[in-house]
Amino acid sequence: MKFMMMESIKKFIPWFLPLLLLVGWQVFSWAGAIPERILPAPTKVMQAGIELFSTGELFSHISISLGRALAGFLIGGVIGFIFGLLNGIFRSADLFFDTSIQMLRNIPHLALIPLVILWFGIGETSKIFLVALGVLFPIYINTYHGIKNVDKGLVEMGRAYGLKGISLFVTVILPGAMSSILVGIRFSLGVMWLTLIVSETISAHTGIGYMAMNAREFMQMDVIVLSILLYALFGKLSDVIARYLEAKLLKWNA
Amino acid sequence: MKQPRKKEYIMIHNIHKIYGERKVLKGLDLTIQEGEFVAIVGKSGCGKSTLLRLIAGLENYHDGFIRINNEQLHDINKYARIMFQDGRLLPWKRVIDNVSIGLSSEFKIKAIDALRQVGLEDRMNDWPSKLSGGQKQRVALARALVHNPSLLLLDEPLGALDALTRIEMQDLIESLWSEKKFTSILVTHDVEEAVAIADRVILIEDGVISVNQPIRLPRPRQRTHPAFSMYVEEILEKILNRNKIALVRNSKELKV
Repeated sequence: MKFMMMESIKKFIPWFLPLLLLVGWQVFSWAGAIPERILPAPTKVMQAGIELFSTGELFSHISISLGRALAGFLIGGVIGFIFGLLNGIFRSADLFFDTSIQMLRNIPHLALIPLVILWFGIGETSKIFLVALGVLFPIYINTYHGIKNVDKGLVEMGRAYGLKGISLFVTVILPGAMSSILVGIRFSLGVMWLTLIVSETISAHTGIGYMAMNAREFMQMDVIVLSILLYALFGKLSDVIARYLEAKLLKWNA
Repeated sequence: MKQPRKKEYIMIHNIHKIYGERKVLKGLDLTIQEGEFVAIVGKSGCGKSTLLRLIAGLENYHDGFIRINNEQLHDINKYARIMFQDGRLLPWKRVIDNVSIGLSSEFKIKAIDALRQVGLEDRMNDWPSKLSGGQKQRVALARALVHNPSLLLLDEPLGALDALTRIEMQDLIESLWSEKKFTSILVTHDVEEAVAIADRVILIEDGVISVNQPIRLPRPRQRTHPAFSMYVEEILEKILNRNKIALVRNSKELKV
């Protein structure tokens, strides 16, 4: 009984601080210590959320943002992963590509926004392009290093036991690189949201970032705060997904 | 009590191996008969592991030739399975899947059978990280034997184990060897281990074989036997101070 209680308390502890913040925020808003023009009360934000949800506006903004994030992540992730594999495995590909990729990597991709707007306009392409570009490098680097750092002894063992080519890759090299690849995925999920927020804020007709910028025009503080909270929520969600993948793919390491 | 002459299984002739500037093997010759258990000893860095890796086909040699079963060795030696000092189990595969590496048909039955032979069938669904050092090496042994190799190469597989586990493993390897009649080569820095398990102990010095000593003791070998310690002492002396004594005692004197 005592043990069970300890366990449930442990589960609650990480949420204690956010909850305290929320309660404090509400109490101070009620007391009038926080002016509504600076920060609307949590209840107000929730109200705005319910309103936007009932008109279907919120749902369409969220789904558009999520679609962009996912499309960009998949495109950039796959390209980064493939180059990471190629350069990690084949010396010749490494020699040919790596220097160029390292040069590109060092350009902050958000600095390309003016150029990207001129190239693609402010439509979907520009946002997906930027997200893909941002996501590509963390996945590339971590896949590349993961493969380079696979225990040479294990690879040799695999060869001595008759594995080669695809079977060696699937049995030894890919699982050996997996923890590093997952670090890349986790990192790039962060980059994904960051890039999306910035590019939606600067140039968009739809999406959560647009919702926030549009609300600014009309001084709708509650909607702005709602957008920010949504980003926090989705950031946490992608972290949960990354953790789930780790638990699933690295269960031997538990 | 001369044994009938057996087929020459491994023929190594005039092998040279160079790492950069360093000549590790300088024209080494060695012949091993089918079913023989040979132990290779020598100071660290003398090239004993290198020789084993050459026989496994994991490295190239620069001169001479290696023939296994009258076939010139190219690439990986398909007759051989090797056990490494550090086990080299794949941490992301369960014990049974580690044993099944490289098997295609009926792998589960064969793997369980091999695990039974090393006494670890009840651990088949564990991750390697849950095993002790000795258990890991047992799994590695099962993984090698599941292929029914005609040649088992042992690269100091017991070097990292504690003394008791090591003796247990030596007994296990010896009994499996006498049961399955494969040829075996053991690289070790432990002369006692070499004398306890091998038909013949070979010492590598200066890139060639300097001592080639048959061990004529009955099996299972008694470590307390006076002839046992005599063999150990002589080989050790030879390793530590090569000018002091030559192996003069012939086999008659040591016969028991």
